[in-house]
Amino acid sequence: MRSALSALELLEPRSLSHALALLRDAAPVVPLAGGTDVYVLLNAGTPSGTRYLNLQRLDGLRGIARRNGVISIGALTTFAEIRRSALLARRLPSLVAAAREVGAVQVQNRATIGGNVANGSPAGDSLPVLAASDAVVVLRSADGVRRVPFDGFYTGYRQTVMRPDELIVAFEVPPVPGRQWFRKVGTRAAQTISKVVLAAVRAPEPRVAFGSVAPTVVRARRTESVLASGGTLNEAAAALMTEIAPIDDLRSTAEYRRRVAANLLRQFWTETA
Amino acid sequence: MPTVGRSLPRRDGRDKVTGAAKYIDDLALPGMLHGRTIRSSIPCGRIRSVSLLSDPAGFTVVDYRNIPGRNVVALIGDDQPCLAEHVVRHVAEPILLLAHADRERLLAADVDVQYEPSEPLFDPLRSPKVFKSIAMRKGDVDAGFAEADEIVEGEYRVGHQEHAYIEPNGVIAVPADGGVTVYGSLQCPYYVQKALRAVLDLPADRVRVVQAETGGGFGGKEEYPSIVAAHACLLALESGRPVKLVYDRAEDMLATTKRHPGVIRTRTGVTRDGRLTAIDVDVVLDGGAYMTLSPVVLSRGVIHATGPYRCDNVRVRGRVVMTNTPPNGAFRGFGAPQTQFASEVHMERVAERLGMDPVRLREINALRPGDTTATGQVLGRDVSALAVLRDAVERTDFKRRRRELRGTGRGLGLALFFHGAGFTGAGEMKLASKASLELTERGARVLASSADIGQGSRTVHAQIVAEALGLPFDAIEIARADTAVVPDSGPTVASRTSMIVGGLLRRCADDMKQALGGLTPKEYLKRRGPLVVTRQYEPPTSAAFDEETYTGDAYGTYAWACDVAEVELDPVTYEIRPVRITAVQEVGKALNPVLAAGQIEGGTAQGVGYALLEEVVMRDGRMANAQLTNYAVPTTMDTPRIDVVIHERPYRHGPYGAKGLGELPLDGVAPAIANAVRHLGIDVRAIPMTPERVMEAETGERKKVGSKK
Ligand SMILES: Cc1cc2nc3c(=O)[nH]c(=O)nc-3n(C[C@H](O)[C@H](O)[C@H](O)COP(=O)(O)OP(=O)(O)OC[C@H]3O[C@@H](n4cnc5c(N)ncnc54)[C@H](O)[C@@H]3O)c2cc1C
Repeated sequence: MRSALSALELLEPRSLSHALALLRDAAPVVPLAGGTDVYVLLNAGTPSGTRYLNLQRLDGLRGIARRNGVISIGALTTFAEIRRSALLARRLPSLVAAAREVGAVQVQNRATIGGNVANGSPAGDSLPVLAASDAVVVLRSADGVRRVPFDGFYTGYRQTVMRPDELIVAFEVPPVPGRQWFRKVGTRAAQTISKVVLAAVRAPEPRVAFGSVAPTVVRARRTESVLASGGTLNEAAAALMTEIAPIDDLRSTAEYRRRVAANLLRQFWTETA
Repeated sequence: MPTVGRSLPRRDGRDKVTGAAKYIDDLALPGMLHGRTIRSSIPCGRIRSVSLLSDPAGFTVVDYRNIPGRNVVALIGDDQPCLAEHVVRHVAEPILLLAHADRERLLAADVDVQYEPSEPLFDPLRSPKVFKSIAMRKGDVDAGFAEADEIVEGEYRVGHQEHAYIEPNGVIAVPADGGVTVYGSLQCPYYVQKALRAVLDLPADRVRVVQAETGGGFGGKEEYPSIVAAHACLLALESGRPVKLVYDRAEDMLATTKRHPGVIRTRTGVTRDGRLTAIDVDVVLDGGAYMTLSPVVLSRGVIHATGPYRCDNVRVRGRVVMTNTPPNGAFRGFGAPQTQFASEVHMERVAERLGMDPVRLREINALRPGDTTATGQVLGRDVSALAVLRDAVERTDFKRRRRELRGTGRGLGLALFFHGAGFTGAGEMKLASKASLELTERGARVLASSADIGQGSRTVHAQIVAEALGLPFDAIEIARADTAVVPDSGPTVASRTSMIVGGLLRRCADDMKQALGGLTPKEYLKRRGPLVVTRQYEPPTSAAFDEETYTGDAYGTYAWACDVAEVELDPVTYEIRPVRITAVQEVGKALNPVLAAGQIEGGTAQGVGYALLEEVVMRDGRMANAQLTNYAVPTTMDTPRIDVVIHERPYRHGPYGAKGLGELPLDGVAPAIANAVRHLGIDVRAIPMTPERVMEAETGERKKVGSKK
């Protein structure tokens, strides 16, 4: 542990309104959900702050429910809970598939979907699924609620429209028409960060969202319209190349990511034909 | 009931599983300080100034000027400073040491180091500085090539490998009346003692080294703990307090040794009917900034470079060179995995060139009893190259399965390999290791400096002694590896702990049994008083190894193995997924079959990582992926089903016939997988075979398997 623990402060709100008040009044405060990203930074000695807001007691932020056809997933829902959800298995199987591949079981027991999205890594495995399913991010502050379409949530590498006094409270997912498809490509079979990840939907209006190939998750609209208008797979892959901007990093190369992104697109399209 | 050959439970098992076992970081002593190492941030240059910017109150600060003895890490070349003086030669080179009672104050301490950087050298092929070169010759290679119908050439590359033991390096040093006691996670207590004597200028009886419970080593705790211990001792002596120095994972990966990367060029002459007429190999290993154990790694690499094959005309030239990267060192296999990757992939290419079945080619050339190796060693009866090859081929239905798999996206490949057990050449003679046995009321106590680092040596040594004394397993105790208590049995390395040290213990036990003359231990102690028996290593054969000409008996014996790997290529992601590995390994005698199989499974899994996943990304001489997130060792989900098949062809001089087996399993995995990938038509000659590399080979301009050149 490279961070000084004695310098840290943990705020323990008992209700959502208490938490939101603390966020407003005690800034800067770092929300703490499952801690699986927060603790990695603490261990490395690069913490995001010294004052943390423990969300664990905010039970209102947990759970998966369906209201008026829309599925609401609380921000504190863990990937283990997502894996076990019968509702999601029926309605949003690609989120279940993604949850199954986050880290491994121990991490899934702690890691929350809200943390995955708020952390904002372009390799976050739930992000392409939320992007492809036209999810809405429900944000709350002491001032009230706002709903942001997932596609507009990120503004740049690890940048979001969320304000420091806001929390993600839930994600709302409208019905997804068509067949869902998900595949993660990491450096090994488990405990791995994505090198390329694709969540897609086969429908008259196909949806394609990639992770790990640009500073943010990419909803590949041009690729989608080529596919929707009956273009060939080669044309779709060519369109995709204009929409992604992968880089060389510790885990892979830009060239690999480009090729595999195109291959995944082909695999998705062939398998869902 | 015999004790040897039974899978008795591990002595250390219960404490480790229940968490009762105490590792270094679990220990705390009164008044203890924590230590920290300030390291070079550049690969090469002069140090202009070093200054502690924080308030120095409460800090113990040590640099090279505080070293009472010689500023070296005493090993082979004595070229590595314990603390840099004016020059740094690699990233993470230790410069300054700090200690403080409060870990947080310690970590917050700000040290400014100013450098005058100079141009670093990273390419081993262009390094002018050679730590060691070796030329090994047998017969006349030119004549051998003249006789050949085909000559096959190739260049093979192997990468670094990180040990990734579960417990990082750590020690606690305690100042004690004019000397020091060190508790540490380590493989070789007497290596540490030797290094400390040089740095601290203390006699042996003032330097006590005690092995703490150790969470894995794989060679990574062979030479490196000497540095950690020296640093902790300097701080302890300066402060007069116990000092704990434990690396975290990132520091351990950044600073400590790795397996040597290498470039191996091979040229082979062969007749049309498959007989090898000449083998010419050029081995270049990247030693990193200092010599460490590089000369011996090279030596083993060179000796294993021709693979387990007979050939009358051999030339192997090797050199290990300096680059401005952290020093590389001992790692399970010690040069043999590097050169046998090359030799076995090359053999496959020879078979392809001849259009010959790869099994047939190996059968024709495999070493047999009575053959001479590349060093001219005449092999005894315990040669099993053909036996393991044939069994592996039969069990996997190799030839039929190869045909069946054609065009399915799966490939099947094999590798035949061997591993010399114990120190190379005259090494064991020079070591002259000792082990003792002390009679106790219930039985006997083993006194040996062998370190149980998870491989189960406590259990196996107790089994050997119990068997020889005809006493129950529980009647045998094992003393801690503590230089104040046990004699120097040599380091816990080189697959020598069961075979060599176990052999000494076997002889001690035989002597003790004779001394007892039918009395029980209790009766003996009562009537005759204490009894301690000591044995020292004696060479089993007279054909001494000549280090000048590189001829003679390089090892007491060899263990033999054949791995068959079935792999699947994912055409979307270019991932090679190992589906199944059959590991047929001849180990003389499996003293404890479960532990033996565990070594084979573990070594095979580590070989899977070496072959496919583990890539040290070096950027400007710095390991850029010094985290277990980005340096991918295989998880159980990446490890295929492993069918372990143990053959036993007893070694005359091993205890109950045992040969060394710890390293063998790692040697053949990468070439077996690479040959399975070749079977898929993909020509990869470098490891790790990451998807990125496979993609290049598959889609690039590079030649495919089968095409000439
Ligand atoms: C071993 C390991 C393996 C991993 N493998 C994967 C993987 O395969 N795929 C993957 O995508 N990720 C992986 N991760 C990363 C991590 O587990 C996920 O990103 C996880 O979803 C984070 O959730 P958490 O609840 O633990 O977040 P925390 O660590 O508690 O928080 C993460 C960030 O989100 C903020 N935050 C959390 N909740 C909220 C909220 N409700 N509102 C506003 N801000 C909030 C926090 O302030 C912090 O900045 C892995 C991590 C580890 C340690």
